[in-house]
Amino acid sequence: MNYFHFPLEDWTNRFVDDWLLPVTGDFFEAISDGLRVFINNVTDLLIAAPPELIVLLLVLVAWKISGKGVAIFALIGSLYLGSVDLWSAAMQTVSIVIVSTLISVLVGIPLGVLATLNKTMAKVVRPILDFMQTLPSFVYLIPAILLFGLGNVPAVIATFVFATPPAVRMTTLGIQQVPADVVEASTAFGSTKWQLLYKVQLPLAMPSIMAGINQTMMLALSMAVISSMIGAPGLGSVVLKGISTVNVGLGLTGGLGIVVLAIVMDRITQGLGQKQKQ
Amino acid sequence: MNKIEVNNLTKIFGSNPQQGLKRLNNGEQKEDILEKTGMTVGVNKASFNVKAGEFFVIMGLSGSGKSTLIRLVNRLIEPTAGEVLIDGVDITKMTKKELIETRRKKLGMVFQQFGLFQHRTVLTNVAYGLEIQGMQKEERQKLAQKAIEDVGLKGYENSYPNELSGGMQQRVGLARALANDSDILLMDEAFSALDPLIRKEMQDELLSLQNKLGKTVLFITHDLDEALKLGDRIAIMKNGEIVQIGTADEILGNPANEYVSNFVKDVDRSKVLMASNVMKKPNVLMTEKSGALAAVRKMEDAGASSIFVVDKENNFKGLLTIDDAIRAYKSNVPTDEVLIRDIHTIHPETALNDLFGVAVEAKYPLPVVEDGKLLGIVSRVSILSGLVLGKDEVTSS
Repeated sequence: MNYFHFPLEDWTNRFVDDWLLPVTGDFFEAISDGLRVFINNVTDLLIAAPPELIVLLLVLVAWKISGKGVAIFALIGSLYLGSVDLWSAAMQTVSIVIVSTLISVLVGIPLGVLATLNKTMAKVVRPILDFMQTLPSFVYLIPAILLFGLGNVPAVIATFVFATPPAVRMTTLGIQQVPADVVEASTAFGSTKWQLLYKVQLPLAMPSIMAGINQTMMLALSMAVISSMIGAPGLGSVVLKGISTVNVGLGLTGGLGIVVLAIVMDRITQGLGQKQKQ
Repeated sequence: MNKIEVNNLTKIFGSNPQQGLKRLNNGEQKEDILEKTGMTVGVNKASFNVKAGEFFVIMGLSGSGKSTLIRLVNRLIEPTAGEVLIDGVDITKMTKKELIETRRKKLGMVFQQFGLFQHRTVLTNVAYGLEIQGMQKEERQKLAQKAIEDVGLKGYENSYPNELSGGMQQRVGLARALANDSDILLMDEAFSALDPLIRKEMQDELLSLQNKLGKTVLFITHDLDEALKLGDRIAIMKNGEIVQIGTADEILGNPANEYVSNFVKDVDRSKVLMASNVMKKPNVLMTEKSGALAAVRKMEDAGASSIFVVDKENNFKGLLTIDDAIRAYKSNVPTDEVLIRDIHTIHPETALNDLFGVAVEAKYPLPVVEDGKLLGIVSRVSILSGLVLGKDEVTSS
């Protein structure tokens, strides 16, 4: 099948070395610096705060949003994280997830809205999302290191790229699912496009948008673990250490911690979506 | 002046509507255009006008273009050609801003599937049109409250639409259209999704609301009986064209072509005929103060066992039976003491269909009363003969 040679590898590397890094390096460095300050602040806050206070808040929020069961689970899960000495690692993972989810949502929802308003936009956005979701997540890690170095920042960037598509897609889906007669009614009474959007379409799309945020968060968590490979601290790095030293016990301890985070985050964001539906 | 005037309004769906329009203007048929270009002529040169305060019904089967037509009137669908004058101003030439202003101030709309905002309460649904105009909360809620009371939904202000039955949801839809106080109501199959009984109730209430508020109504339906009941005038649509415009009588009595006559052939006469079509002159009358003996004599002359009593202004007072009259004569009391006042009266516009039950129960002919005046009487016989013979025969006999 080798009829001609397609030097994609060489081209890409030359593009990165000769243009991307020299020309845009400063730009990415600026982003990197800003992002680092932000992530570090969130991490510091979560680690410096008394764990008891965070657990109390978490349990209360879980109770209010998702009910007694989730609240009890959150309490037991927190006790577990403390008892295996993984509390601060968990908080580091949580801060990466929170920051990257926040960026994903801030970028994803407006993008999803734009895609419903503008057909060209929809045509451009869709293949990009397909690309982002299907490209193996490890592949993002390489340019992320190149542009943002090691540690928290490239982790957040890679996570953001990986986790944004559901936020965009579910926003678009939610808006498209608003019944046509409801949109017609709003228009017939003289709504502007903007009024239609924020008084009718967005509120009605909210359950779907919340489901998108939930998925984004879950993807962010899974990526935050993978990005331990590029030096992101947290539960992922505990598991990675377990792998590299063939320490089954350590791997299981860290892995269970990730499961705890996943379940609590999932149930709380799902609860938010359910609330929206009612 | 015409409230709505529609001239040669045309809508062609497809890739190149202007080319389709050219073909249409060259006299090509809708079917040929579809075959040659793949474009659909939704509405084909429709023209009609609606006077202020008129109830105008557009009736057609599914696919006749009626729902497209009503959406062209407020430009939910952009017309391909033609004009729509609202209060003399052509809506098709308006800028976006003018269009929004016209929709806000002049055009209310009610939808088949209600089109309610599920995330809003009844009150905020109804206030929506005012809210987007930037009206203050207190003021718009006051107006919304009034509209809610007008449609009989008082007490449900804080309910959500999904907590209400279909009929009540459509009342919300109607209230939302009324709250804006626009002169024109566009109603797209507004009652088609409702149960027959609820539909009838809503039709009656809409008529009385329209009487009270003097709205101009453009009403779409696929139900000929509904069209005949509601419409001051009716336009019949087929294949995107209006084939006939006229009053119920004109359409029933004088169908413009075979299509219309096939349509109206099956009309249930009982729903078209009203009490006023079959009522007869009361055979005996007297003033309230007449003596019992005079009453007995009149009944004797007419061969009747009862007599309706009115005063000098023809205001309906009650019924006197022959037995009561004789009793009153013997015990020497005035007739107005033995008068049966609590008697079922009917309105001249009551459909014959609705009279069956009443007529079967009633021992005496039914008095037809409007604004307190006795207009005539309807007997069981006249209801039945009305059904058998139809309108013309009854009124001419």
